[in-house]
Amino acid sequence: MTQPTSFAFLRALGARTINAVWRLGFATRFLLATVRHTPAAFRRLPLTMREIYFAGVLSLTIILVSGLFVGMVLGLQGYDTLARFGSSEALGVLVALSLVRELGPVVAALLFASRAGSAITAEIGLMKATEQLDAMEMMAVDPVARVIAPRFWGGVISMPLLGALFTATGILGGYVVGVVMIGVDVGQFWSQMQAAVDFREDVMNGMIKSFVFGIAVTWIAVFEGYEAPPTAEGVSGATTRTVVTSALVILALDFVMTAFMFHGVR
Amino acid sequence: MSNDNVVEIEDLSFSYSSGRQVLSKINLRIPRGQVVGIMGQSGCGKTTLLRMIGGALKPSQGDVRVFGRSLRDMGQEQIYALRRRMSMLFQFGALFTDMSSFDNVAFQMREHTRLEEPMIRDLALMKLHAVGLRGAAHLMPSELSGGMARRVALARAIALDPELMMYDEPFAGLDPISLSVIGQLIRKLNDALGATSIIVTHDIQESLKIVDYIYFVADGRVIAEGSAEEVKASLEPYVHQFVWGEADGPVPFHYPAADYVADLLRGTRA
Repeated sequence: MTQPTSFAFLRALGARTINAVWRLGFATRFLLATVRHTPAAFRRLPLTMREIYFAGVLSLTIILVSGLFVGMVLGLQGYDTLARFGSSEALGVLVALSLVRELGPVVAALLFASRAGSAITAEIGLMKATEQLDAMEMMAVDPVARVIAPRFWGGVISMPLLGALFTATGILGGYVVGVVMIGVDVGQFWSQMQAAVDFREDVMNGMIKSFVFGIAVTWIAVFEGYEAPPTAEGVSGATTRTVVTSALVILALDFVMTAFMFHGVR
Repeated sequence: MSNDNVVEIEDLSFSYSSGRQVLSKINLRIPRGQVVGIMGQSGCGKTTLLRMIGGALKPSQGDVRVFGRSLRDMGQEQIYALRRRMSMLFQFGALFTDMSSFDNVAFQMREHTRLEEPMIRDLALMKLHAVGLRGAAHLMPSELSGGMARRVALARAIALDPELMMYDEPFAGLDPISLSVIGQLIRKLNDALGATSIIVTHDIQESLKIVDYIYFVADGRVIAEGSAEEVKASLEPYVHQFVWGEADGPVPFHYPAADYVADLLRGTRA
């Protein structure tokens, strides 16, 4: 006879939980193995440079264009709100702090996960499906050292740079809308920004966020690719999981880090 | 005598963690210098056997000795050291798709030797010439036909002059010309390099032309062995069905199912 639905549900829930914990443990061991092969990644510097090119340079278009538009929207929305309180000259501060602390790291990481993370997963997954990783292993070359570690470090190095560029173009966007188009005083825009944005509290914390997101997204991407079932369906599923898991992890980590970093310093 | 065996497998059994037994009590010897075929239906455990010889899987029971050394207690480093003396041609070549044919062949030389680039270039071109594809050195794997890709993979497999060559279904999906070219290359390269070869295949006609000895595997066990002539003349029902390609026999045409009529009637009742 079939089991009562509630039991089946409990059993499914238990199985999923065990599976999730098992995967987390496996992913952690995988990360440690990758980090252990760091010297290999930097000994093969051209390989890591190539990955920086694929993950970083090729993501520039989407990062710069998105940064510009996010900054322009911030300029419009920020001006609208600030003008109500007669403090539209604080627009520079609003744009810069929003971008440096939050939007720069977070939106750049979300874009990075969908542009570069998915590509990394798909590439590694397809290499596995076509037995390229097995072949490498049979040639006594460790795929974690040759394929995974360079991609991991390529992503980790690219992410903070992309985050910084996103923020910079965003501020430029805010300037174009606020100063050039709306007519906020240019001196006020820049000088208030300079006075209000602290290098250690704001810029450095933003960079730390970007760096942590870089580790998280690239770790998820390489792990999902390496663990993908070697079929078309398996690789497509892994690619989707990379984007979805990355997005959730970025937002959760952002909340935790923000809580620690900006606990009412001002 | 046993020193002349490159691979010795004793009472080897293997089951996956799910409990499914793939190999049971396998015994076989691969003598130095020979081309040995391991044949059987798809899914009978041939590829698993090859992976065990390469040290990618550990036996559940029994032992695998390669070059006189047991793989059972070897660590990763030792297995890697052993793998530098052997090579494997994968079913569909498994060429690195982000590298040209030339770079694929040069891959192991760059990873495992300290040779200068001009020397690597000459060696890689010689290997490609041996499979007739020196002119395709600059092509990417996506620009090669199936047969060409298999030949480039073969050139890559012999890059470091291995003592033991393993071929996993080298004839799968090839046209008759490519099939014959690969078959002849396997034999010629084996003899020219003084290597030993293991061919895992279900392509009986092509492999009978080139192998010295054959093991038949069915349901995870060796059910017959012998030279090509002995296998052709075998009266063992499974071997006979396999060699002559009969649709029905010990290996049934139908996948196990419920009674045919009962199955159809169930549909009309519903």
